[in-house]
Amino acid sequence: MSALATEQAVGHWKHADEIEVLTFDMGRETFALEAVIVQEILDLLPETPVPGARPFVASVINFRGKVIPLADLRLAFGMPAAEATIDSRIVVIELLLDGEPTLVGLRADKVNETTTLTKEASEPPPSLGMRWRPDYIDCVVKRGSDFIIIPNLKALFSGADSRAPAAEAN
Amino acid sequence: MTMPDPVEVFRTEAAELLEQIEQGLLDLEHQLDDASLIDAVFRGLHTLKGSGAMFGFDALASFTHHCETAFDRVRKGMAPATPELVHAVLAARDHMRSLVEQPDQEDDETGQRLLTQLQQAVADGGGAPEETAESAPEANSGAPAEAETVSAAPAAEPVTWRIRMTLPENAMANGTNPLALLDELRDLGDCEISVDTGNVPPLYRIEPSELHLSWNVRLTTDKPRDDIEDVFIFVMDDMELSIEQEEPGGAPAQATPAEPQSADPEPIAAAEPAAVAEPAPQASAQSPAQAPAEASAPAVNAPVQETRQKRAAENVRVPAERLDELMDRVGELVIAKSRLSQIAGNSIDVQLRSVSEDVERLASELRDTMMVLRMVPVATLFGRFRRLIHDLGRETSKQIELVTEGEATEVDKTVIERLADPLVHLVRNSVDHGLELPGDRAAAGKGEAGRVTLSARQSGGEVIISIKDDGRGIDRDRVRAKAEASGLVSPGQQLTDQEVMQLIFAPGFSTANAITNLSGRGVGMDVVKKTVEALRGTIDIESTLGKGSEISLRIPLTLAIIDGLLVRVGSGRYVIPLSAVEECLELSSEDDVRSEGRSFISLRNSLVPFLRLRELLSTGTEPDPYQKIVVVSTGVERVGLVVDQIIGDHQTVIKSMSKLHNDVATFSGATILGDGSVALILDVGHLVAAGQQQEAQLRKAG
Repeated sequence: MSALATEQAVGHWKHADEIEVLTFDMGRETFALEAVIVQEILDLLPETPVPGARPFVASVINFRGKVIPLADLRLAFGMPAAEATIDSRIVVIELLLDGEPTLVGLRADKVNETTTLTKEASEPPPSLGMRWRPDYIDCVVKRGSDFIIIPNLKALFSGADSRAPAAEAN
Repeated sequence: MTMPDPVEVFRTEAAELLEQIEQGLLDLEHQLDDASLIDAVFRGLHTLKGSGAMFGFDALASFTHHCETAFDRVRKGMAPATPELVHAVLAARDHMRSLVEQPDQEDDETGQRLLTQLQQAVADGGGAPEETAESAPEANSGAPAEAETVSAAPAAEPVTWRIRMTLPENAMANGTNPLALLDELRDLGDCEISVDTGNVPPLYRIEPSELHLSWNVRLTTDKPRDDIEDVFIFVMDDMELSIEQEEPGGAPAQATPAEPQSADPEPIAAAEPAAVAEPAPQASAQSPAQAPAEASAPAVNAPVQETRQKRAAENVRVPAERLDELMDRVGELVIAKSRLSQIAGNSIDVQLRSVSEDVERLASELRDTMMVLRMVPVATLFGRFRRLIHDLGRETSKQIELVTEGEATEVDKTVIERLADPLVHLVRNSVDHGLELPGDRAAAGKGEAGRVTLSARQSGGEVIISIKDDGRGIDRDRVRAKAEASGLVSPGQQLTDQEVMQLIFAPGFSTANAITNLSGRGVGMDVVKKTVEALRGTIDIESTLGKGSEISLRIPLTLAIIDGLLVRVGSGRYVIPLSAVEECLELSSEDDVRSEGRSFISLRNSLVPFLRLRELLSTGTEPDPYQKIVVVSTGVERVGLVVDQIIGDHQTVIKSMSKLHNDVATFSGATILGDGSVALILDVGHLVAAGQQQEAQLRKAG
């Protein structure tokens, strides 16, 4: 089930014209995660920083007796750090990392809703007009006057992995 | 929960059977005339054949059939058991295992070669030559005929047997077909079969799937009694069977019951009604109506069956993952318990406190029980070395005696699994490099047979597994010369005895002048060391030139829970494994100030360097006024770790870190504290290495 879910997260539109997603806000942008990979939405928990870890996954939390990494998409998308608010949440998702199902917490400034996005409204990431790394974005979906970004989680997490040795070599 | 794949179930079962066969054979090697061992091996082969055929492993079934056929001759006393035979069957067993694992990759050639070898072993042992000639073509035909082919025993006079068989009620539900058994009996000779319907209950109580019939068979055959028993070999344990020989006059002459241990059936038959009179739970499951009939027949199997059932009930097979899951839950419970006791500690509610104490006690008992559940005796690990030693002895033409000690010592199952390969390598090394050839041993004034001792014992929170041989020992000069030649140490470098010994664990190190068949395959000594270190263990070597060597692996008992020392550095809390901690002391302000230039203290006349964890973990906080030093041992040296506060000891349930934190070597894992927050577990070895690196960089910069 989870493996399937993660596969779908890569090519969301392969099998269907619509997907169920959970939308959340980060900075001034709205992101969406495919609903099936979302395990739980938590209030903020005490975090334990991991000295020496990459800033993108700088801390761990206790999620139901498991120690899971907490990732901050803000850093991957170059957004300024912000204080936690009353709306801040942690979205726990399950990902397949190197063939192993892994639970990861994602920070969110505000969790909005679960909704359905359609294939027609989606577009690949534009080649211009973006400061972000294009491979971090799976697609952009137009919704009303706004855009929802579906991040490419696989690239985000494995990309972070592949950069690690280079950082260590310094 | 899905049903397990039947083929997988068969594989597990087959693996167990093969294990049993192997152990039986190895025992047999030492007691070649032990009939019960021969029977046990034969039964194992027979069951393997039967279930193999049932699950569609045809290649396995037909190969096993031929082995069984050959082995049957030994069982019937037509050929003696010899070491050659044991070896041949062992080799055949290995082939069976590969047939179980990869039924598609059937290797006819190997199979044929092994069978020929086996037949030779049986024939050389003094069997009638024409027997071999007869069974050889049969082996080629591959037809899974029943065991009769070989049972062309010395043609005996036809004898008449009276057989009375009563199958258990659930026999048909379990897949036994009584008619097939009767057919098999018919094949043996002239049969008169009569059915006994005395136990059939009234119609309204009949369950269609239950069996209430008994049979009386009068069989005239020239086959021996064993052949008759063989018909029932699969069901013998559960059924009532009596086989009596009929004198020409017609009266039963010899009443030997099916089970050999009851030479005199009378007392047991007398005891039987008593056993039925007070029905045990199992006894009531059997039909009470059977009792009168049982009393009249020499029923010897019922008590045996009862003990068998009891033994079966004592063991439950559980997939290892479920144990891991349970361990996780217990870990969570321990954490929840800590939270509860913290809340209760702050409360004045007496009832809450008492409940909390109960929960605390129960949780810690549960944890202890859980730990025991995961423990398996090292005997399971040592068992496989008997075979290895057997093979090694033949390959190297050395005489080797394997002694195992402390097999009852229990170790966490994960540890056992991971230790298997390194131990195999160490034992190979001992035999290959350590033990001398018989001639050399005699010249050195030792017994011709070399001795390898595998021992395990528990000491504190560790288990020590050692591999000892009485061979030539490690030649330190040669090790050194070799290490210098390969550039591992510079010539003239001062090394302690232990350091020289540890060189053999360096990657790419080998003192063997020629690479033999034994060394150079599988893992290297450096991999042994890595595996042991990954288990948080250490390796000690002792060796006396000419006398032998001993390699001891010290492994923590469990990987799931450790005792830790909880410390605070800045605002973060960390766990230092208690096994590494030697002592704790205060960092005097004098030493603290002076440590601008040097970071070491004098501890009972020895220098102990120290690292400031605040700097190493870059907490960016001010030091506490009274800092503490935790002196830890990395195995090689002692190092002090400066922390802000020592909180106390902590039962640490180890949680692994996710893949995303694989690059952080300073921490070996994480744990969850009583308040639900996460504390990281320091990996002392890596921490010290990181500290050394940091200092080297500082020196370079400064």
